[in-house]
This record gives sequence, C-alpha cells and structure tokens, in this order.
Amino acid sequence: MSFISTISSWMIPLIILIVLISASWKRLPSYELFVEGGKEGIQMAMSLLPFLLGMMVSIAILRGSGALDAFISMISPLLQAFGVPPDIVPLSIIRPISGTAALGMTTELIDTHGPDSFIGRLASTMQGSTDTTLYIITVYFGAVGIRRMGDALKVGLLADLIGIIASIVIVTIVFAG
Amino acid sequence: MVNYIWAAMAVIGIVYAMFNGTMEEVNEALFESADDAVMLSIGLISVLVFWLGLMKVAEEAGLLNMLARLFKPFVTRLFPDIPKDHPAMGYILSNLTANLFGLGNAATPMGIKAMEQMKQLSKTDEASRSMITFLAINTSSLTLIPATVIAIRMKYDSAAPTEIVGTTIIATLISSAAAIMIDRLFYYRRVRKQKR
Repeated sequence: MSFISTISSWMIPLIILIVLISASWKRLPSYELFVEGGKEGIQMAMSLLPFLLGMMVSIAILRGSGALDAFISMISPLLQAFGVPPDIVPLSIIRPISGTAALGMTTELIDTHGPDSFIGRLASTMQGSTDTTLYIITVYFGAVGIRRMGDALKVGLLADLIGIIASIVIVTIVFAG
Repeated sequence: MVNYIWAAMAVIGIVYAMFNGTMEEVNEALFESADDAVMLSIGLISVLVFWLGLMKVAEEAGLLNMLARLFKPFVTRLFPDIPKDHPAMGYILSNLTANLFGLGNAATPMGIKAMEQMKQLSKTDEASRSMITFLAINTSSLTLIPATVIAIRMKYDSAAPTEIVGTTIIATLISSAAAIMIDRLFYYRRVRKQKR
C-alpha cells in the first residue's frame, strides 16, 4: 500500500525534475517555454466551456426530471436476469454518462455496503476500469472542433459495456470465496 | 449523432417532467449544472496551463520524441496512419503514460494536444481513423493505479484499499483490448462501405 501511494506522490515531482534538468542540460529557456506553452491553456479552457456546459445541462435535465431513474428501474430486471447485482445497475448506466454522478454513486455504494463487501469491491473496480465516455468525447472533439465524430461514440460505449461485464466476471471470480 | 443524443436527453427529461410533476427539479438541475460546468472549466485552467507549459518544455527538450521512439513498434501498429516521426505520436504516448499512472489531470491536456496534431494531419472537421482509435483507448481508461478509488476506499476504512488494483487492471486490459478490436472492426466496415 505505502509503495503505491509513494509512487503516486513521487510521480509528478519526478516528471517535473526530469523535464527541467533535460531542458537546462540543452540550455533551453525553460521558463519562457513554460509560459509560452501555458498560455494556450487559458484559451483552451475557455473554448471548452460551452461544450461542457451544453452537455452537462442536458444530462442534468435528464437526471433532474427523474427520467433517468425511471429508465434505470425499467431495465433493471433485464440486467438482473443476466446476473448483474441490482445495486450496481444504476452505476453501470451512469458511468459512461456522468463522471461526477458515477463517483458519487461509487462513494455511496462503498459507504452503505462497506469497501470490503462484494458490492464495494465491484463498484471500486468498475469506477477504476472505465471512464466517462461522453465527457472524453465532448472535451477532445470539442477542443479541436471536430463536428462529425464517426464511430467514436459507438466504439466508446461498446467498450464500456465490455468493461462492465469484465468487472463483474473478474470480481466474482477473484473475491467469490 | 451527438446532436441527436444531446437534444434527446433534454427533450426526454422535459417531457417526462411534464407528466411527473418534476418541473421544479428540472429548473434547479438546469442552473446548478450550468454553474458546475463553469466551475469545472475554470478549474481546468490551472491544470491545462501547468501541463501544457511543462509539455512545451518537454517537447523542446526532445523528451516527447524520446518517448515516441521508445514505444515506436507498439504505437505505429495502433496508429498506422500517423507518420512515424510526427509530433502527434509524442503527445499520444504522454497521454497514455499519464493515464497509465493515474495522472488523470495531466492526461487531458496531452490528449487535447494529440487531437490537435491529428487534426493537422487530417485537415477536416471529421474524426479521422487515428482519432477514433485514440478516443477508444482513452474511454476504456487504461490505468495501473486507480488513485481516486483507492482514496475513497481508504476514507471508508477498507482493510485493504488496494486489493482492487489487480481486478481493475485486468478489467481495464480487457476493455481496452476490446475497444481496440471494436475500433478495427468499425474501421474495416467503413472501408468496405467506401469501396462499394
């Protein structure tokens, strides 16, 4: 445990160290380069704002109206028939749509069932092994102005589905006993 | 397609609220989320400025090229339509490395830079083959250290907060491999369609 948390806390400072030492070694104006590159970030964040706002408002309407909950309870029996534990159904649907909502649900599941329960472990694995597909597509395509996104969404959502199935199967196998 | 999904989510929500008396909640959610989006974008400024600044230094120092050379055989197979020495490769690899080590906030700026470079290659506003592959790998969240989850588990006094690292890695490997395969299948389907 301490090993992994040590790696995580050393990682970023080490990257900074390596970058700055190699830049100084090559006699590059590192500070000026940093400022020059960083300037782009402000522009980028501002151009992302409308994309994020639009997507987040639409998702919020769907959730706030209760339609999403209704949809989840509608398809819940179907997923349970395939062996998905009922508690995990909402999380597996929310995960690709909203990162903050999914994180909230994972925390809630861990809180109610305990981190070392089957549901707790499954929620943890699911949260860690998939990402918010809709957010990634919004941000990456939005930032560079891609209008027609081809098969990106389909591929992303199918991969999410497989990730969720894989999480259930693996957690069942590993922690069954 | 995203236009329809975006509109459908809002339309379904509003129509559902009409019949279920949740209009108040919709109004509340609407402005709360708009607020959240602005906060999120402003929060992104710090991350973007810091990492894009550092990446500029790393790029000039030749570190991105080094990374690209190191993993050349692997990435040239994944992204066959990006020229070998194109800067896009360096950014794609830094994004994947950042994801691998759970540096989520570093991964986003590098990913955007990678997309920018790929757009310069394709010169259209249509998603190119390598962009879709890149997004597929990103959405399947290839990671070694799920830092956020470990932190939550620690907060709730887990006996072994990191015991899910193994299962997470296996699950993410499967979903990433699936993402790459599905991406290839869709690509071949597109090629076939074009030929006809």
